[in-house]
Amino acid sequence: MNEQKKAVISILGADRKGIIAQVTRILYDYDVNILDISQTIVSGLFSMILIADISSEHCPFEALKNSLAEEGQRLNVQIRVQRSEIFEAMHQI
Amino acid sequence: MIHTSEILETLRMIDHQKLDVRTITMGISLLSCVTDDEHVLAVRVYDMIARRAERLVEVGRAIESEFGIPIVNKRISVTPAALITGAIRNPVIVARALDRAADTTGVDFIGGYSALVQKDMTQADERLIRSIPEALATTRFLCSSINVGSTRSGINMNAVRLMGEVILQTAERTAEQSGLGCAKLVVFCNAVEDNPFMAGAFHGPGEGDCAVSVGVSGPGVVKAALEHVKDKPFDEVAETVKRTAFHITRVGQLVALEASRRLDAPFGIVDLSLAPTPAVGDSVAAILEEMGLETCGTHGTTAALALLNDAVKKGGVMASSHVGGLSGAFIPLSEDIGMIRAAEKGTLCLDKLEAMTCVCSVGLDMIAIPGDTPAETIAAIIADEAAIGMVNNKTTAVRVIPAPGTKVGDSVEFGGLLGRAPVIPVHKESAEAFIRRGGRIPAPLHSLKN
Repeated sequence: MNEQKKAVISILGADRKGIIAQVTRILYDYDVNILDISQTIVSGLFSMILIADISSEHCPFEALKNSLAEEGQRLNVQIRVQRSEIFEAMHQI
Repeated sequence: MIHTSEILETLRMIDHQKLDVRTITMGISLLSCVTDDEHVLAVRVYDMIARRAERLVEVGRAIESEFGIPIVNKRISVTPAALITGAIRNPVIVARALDRAADTTGVDFIGGYSALVQKDMTQADERLIRSIPEALATTRFLCSSINVGSTRSGINMNAVRLMGEVILQTAERTAEQSGLGCAKLVVFCNAVEDNPFMAGAFHGPGEGDCAVSVGVSGPGVVKAALEHVKDKPFDEVAETVKRTAFHITRVGQLVALEASRRLDAPFGIVDLSLAPTPAVGDSVAAILEEMGLETCGTHGTTAALALLNDAVKKGGVMASSHVGGLSGAFIPLSEDIGMIRAAEKGTLCLDKLEAMTCVCSVGLDMIAIPGDTPAETIAAIIADEAAIGMVNNKTTAVRVIPAPGTKVGDSVEFGGLLGRAPVIPVHKESAEAFIRRGGRIPAPLHSLKN
């Protein structure tokens, strides 16, 4: 469990107050370190991409994923957590 | 660091363009199960599969969840059953053991109720082939495939004739499900040993104890990419398909390596296939139409498919360490909404589909034909298709469903990935005397390569 595991957390939906605050609070609870954040508006849609280190033993993948998905429902945005390898495999040689 | 635009592109492919991994297939050798006691054989077969594939579905789901890529099916392929049933009388016992093992492990399909009879049949081969209608009518997950020809051996016309009868009997035995049994039965020429796709998957005798292979998909992604090169010359079309196939295959390679590691089983191959589903936006026909054809099946379709098939391979081959299986574009009629529409309009007919199989991945696939089609006509369709495979050094196959009680213009619903098949016409003129001859069509001159 020493290798760094990275996840891409993508948040898509209508903009509103508190999205970053709520999401980062959950990440803090799961001992997740945020490596990069970018936020854009694409076709009127709020999109935020976080790249995070999820190597901590206090961060079981499924639990983090479910907590964020539940928070997403409350905030009316879609929050997804995916291991970063899929994006690296597809776009980096 | 990964760019935001690349992340959004991948998410778009998954959400809107139906990018998925079609299957993780675990190949399992059953050669060590052989015995002349049929009950012991059944127990050994069941135990071997239940043990080896115990975690297959669980691992598949975990990868799906962690990487956020749908993995549509988890499947098992096994050693052709005819190779392990030589010393027993009733191979259906093994069919049921395979089905029970599939049920226990929770996979979607299990393939390998198969025989390789491209030159001649052993008694065990013939017993197995004759048992197919019963085996498919009394199991839920089992798939069967028979190899009746090869470039090296020619075409075994006795087996071709027999398969015409077996297909009709299978349709009759599963008549209440519109002949569904035939959707799980493929007749091959030049069958490959590491194909992860059903219904033709089996774990060939040249394989090891176990292997994990992956079949990728993604017609919707290719179609979406081609929308950006409207009216451009074919050079750009081919380049675009290649680039897209590369991306898709990288995902397949990642999933295959991850599954292999977690299951502690060797990585077999990635099958670079464009496999459609009946869902809107997941159609190979739509890609051909995006290239400028009004309807799939009209003049130009074969050329468009040839370009697509070749570009998929060229793009994919660099993205994976081991490419194999069928690798190319599939044209299963009932599983492709664009092809269903084209067949219903009458633009896509059996003769055009046969021409298309000369330049694409496999063959006449998931095609419903009238229920009163004679066995000899089905055998003749198989012979034509096998001849294309034999002469062109490629895999070809026939998976037709003579849906009982149906006529041209009817439609047969199979549900799920198998889709809906419009019943299309076959030629009325008889091939009975041709098929009655039996024997073997000799291998072509170019089989003599040594």
